[in-house]
Amino acid sequence: MVELALPKNSVLTDGKNWDDTSGSSNIKNFKVYRWNPDDGKNPRMDSYQVDMDSCGPMVLDAIIKIKSEIDPTLTFRRSCREGICGSCAMNIDGSNTLACTKAIADVKGDVKIYPLPHLQVIKDLVPDLTNFYAQHASIEPWLKTTTVEPEKEWLQSPEERSKLDGLYECILCACCATSCPSYWWNGDRYLGPAILLQSYRWLIDSRDEATGERLDDLEDPFRLYRCHTIMNCAKACPKGLSPAKAIASIKEMMVERRY
Amino acid sequence: MANLNLDAYDIVEHEYDVVVVGAGGAGLRATLGSAQAGLRTACISKVFPTRSHTVAAQGGVAASLGNMSPDNWKWHMYDTVKGSDWLGDQDAIEYLCRNAPKAVYELEHFGVPFSRTEEGKIYQRPFGGMMQNFGEGPEAQRTCAAADRTGHAMLHTLYGQSLRYDAEFFIEYFAIDLIMEKGECKGVVCINMDDGKIHVFRSHIAIMATGGYGRTFFSCTSAHTCTGDGNAMVLRAGIGLQDMEFVQFHPTGIYGAGCLITEGSRGEGGILINSEGERFMERYAPSAKDLASRDVVSRAMTIEIREGRGVGPDKDHIYLHLDHLDPALLAERLPGISESAKVFAGVDVNKQPIPVLPTVHYNMGGIPTNYHGEVIDPTADDTNATVPGLMAIGEAACVSVHGANRLGSNSLIDLVVFGRAAGLRAGELLKPNQPHAPLTENGQELAIERLDHARYKKGSQTTAGMRLKMQKVMQSNCAVFRDGDILKEGVTMINDIWQQSNDIEVTDKSLVWNSDLLECLEFDNLISQAVVTMEGAENRKESRGGHAREDYPDRDDKDWMKHTLAKVDFDKKKANLTYRPVHDFTMTEEIDYIKPKKRVY
Repeated sequence: MVELALPKNSVLTDGKNWDDTSGSSNIKNFKVYRWNPDDGKNPRMDSYQVDMDSCGPMVLDAIIKIKSEIDPTLTFRRSCREGICGSCAMNIDGSNTLACTKAIADVKGDVKIYPLPHLQVIKDLVPDLTNFYAQHASIEPWLKTTTVEPEKEWLQSPEERSKLDGLYECILCACCATSCPSYWWNGDRYLGPAILLQSYRWLIDSRDEATGERLDDLEDPFRLYRCHTIMNCAKACPKGLSPAKAIASIKEMMVERRY
Repeated sequence: MANLNLDAYDIVEHEYDVVVVGAGGAGLRATLGSAQAGLRTACISKVFPTRSHTVAAQGGVAASLGNMSPDNWKWHMYDTVKGSDWLGDQDAIEYLCRNAPKAVYELEHFGVPFSRTEEGKIYQRPFGGMMQNFGEGPEAQRTCAAADRTGHAMLHTLYGQSLRYDAEFFIEYFAIDLIMEKGECKGVVCINMDDGKIHVFRSHIAIMATGGYGRTFFSCTSAHTCTGDGNAMVLRAGIGLQDMEFVQFHPTGIYGAGCLITEGSRGEGGILINSEGERFMERYAPSAKDLASRDVVSRAMTIEIREGRGVGPDKDHIYLHLDHLDPALLAERLPGISESAKVFAGVDVNKQPIPVLPTVHYNMGGIPTNYHGEVIDPTADDTNATVPGLMAIGEAACVSVHGANRLGSNSLIDLVVFGRAAGLRAGELLKPNQPHAPLTENGQELAIERLDHARYKKGSQTTAGMRLKMQKVMQSNCAVFRDGDILKEGVTMINDIWQQSNDIEVTDKSLVWNSDLLECLEFDNLISQAVVTMEGAENRKESRGGHAREDYPDRDDKDWMKHTLAKVDFDKKKANLTYRPVHDFTMTEEIDYIKPKKRVY
């Protein structure tokens, strides 16, 4: 057996315990991954006791409360706080999700928070998404047409438009991609569920005229075919989308065009 | 300055023709327009483009396509002028409404997944204040929608489009200050959040597309990142901000959470109900009812709550009913807010009403510009004098097309029409790749000094604590209804907080992703805008659009048909207010100036 072990400087250590100072009887414990590239130390798990009586219902409310009232150095991305911008994706209670729509009450026991898995960490809960964004750009995510543009809109029937439902809602949070074992393993060459879902969004748009070119670009053992229908993506998606289904549809298109 | 250790920072220098700050709808449209014009273009954003707050816009984008009801741009213009309570500049409003259809078709050609009519055209829904026949009615179906995720659909599409062009993106870069020399803008100084390095961007034109400053208030629909950084940079550059007292309260923020429930929900048939089960908007706006303009609905709701007809245990909010609508319609046209209501209010919209409350949503005020996007700093002989090298667009700008109150779905159209205008203007004004003259003054050092000062601040308070104080004062003293005494108290309180703002200590001393430091800089940006907002509100002794004074309940065209212009003396920490005339002319002779009359819905 191959023995796998983390490099020494990646081993998680116990961090600081930030005990409650409010005297509240309604306390929840938040264990949060911390790593600061400036201090040369190993990553650690800090533990924060948070008074639930003065905290909003979502995990994002709690980590903002920690940053505001307990430890201003805690670092994470956040913006819209309503599940549409995709900034606050992180691993909470073992699943990738958005901190702003994850209810604290849904977590039994301590709330454990890590950055999205299998990405380089920049600091604390902030992962490096550079490769993810580059992969998104690589599929050329814009409408391609060759026919002369009409003066008004391209016509598209409600039925044709409905094919984009379940696809266009993607918020590029990367929860699905970073829950996919195949993407963990081959993230440099496999596009992963989010980007393939985006790809299918353009493939299936009745207005787009570059289907062949787009399929050619995906016809590759890695870019598309590393999906092994593990389905973690569909389970993780905080918007309830199914990248796995989109990927299956692309594979179907690949087969169909051979005949 | 003497203490500034410049050697402590790595400084990277860049030269571009155009530097756009902000990558929301307006910023992306300007970026791609400027790149299309052959100009060397950089776009700087503190968040990845698709995380900008445009993404949260729901209901739609207004344009008189006439797909679902008779329509033309002149009716749209009339409604916008009336919505603005005649504080909007009508030349700019004409530019907006004339160019709106073209801008929406362009978005469609870019790939925006608009909802469709049976004939395959863009679906359009009714929205507040949008009428046919110069306000006479019936309602116009003018608001083009992609279900209730129109902003998301637009922003993602615009980002995808921008990748086609040769523009360079600097993502998660935070803009600290403008470089100004002799009244001209020469560039922008930023910090790269990733490694803490300073980047100096020289530009022939810098375009502020930095959005609004909703986070000055405690309860707002705005994202945490809506801190009006561009507005504050412009103030620090010695240029005035216009009409900052006009803050829009959206009638339907989710009670408690503050998340937005689109006006499109009322466009699709939703109604507001008080504790007596009454559809009270029929009393306040007999004709438009629940689809009256936002300021009107927010005031009506506030009055209902004040008079004891609010709902809930504390009778402090209102119910929005969608449960009488067809579940299939809700699923097709309002899926996003159905989900929000479930997550943030625990409500199944098919069975229960959504608890809602007027919530700070939009800033009509901002950086004064003409309809090309060029920033205006009036001189003694020219009230429309422009600032060379500086533009502003989107919510950051005050063109002014929204005047005292913006109509719903006019903000998304504002983004793309004026984003496009700015790109076109930059193409007219600049030749590509012209050299940059060396800087002769210390603008760059001033910006770094600001960062350095924040970083090593020694004080007794936290940024979050100070920010909360500011937000509470704005919420209590500058609300839907305003009153002289309360505003006077607010002016004192907000200035006190400003005076104390040196007493903050930034705990995080690192350079990589120091969000403690950035939040401190954002607070510093917010507080100056809070001050000019409160001062402007106290000063304006009339009621107009979103500014409702209990002690001056009527609009006063004789004394107050003018824009407020607020400048700040940062050494003395003092705001100074002056005025600028409202344009009483249109852009072309195809439509006459629309004269003020009483605003009734």
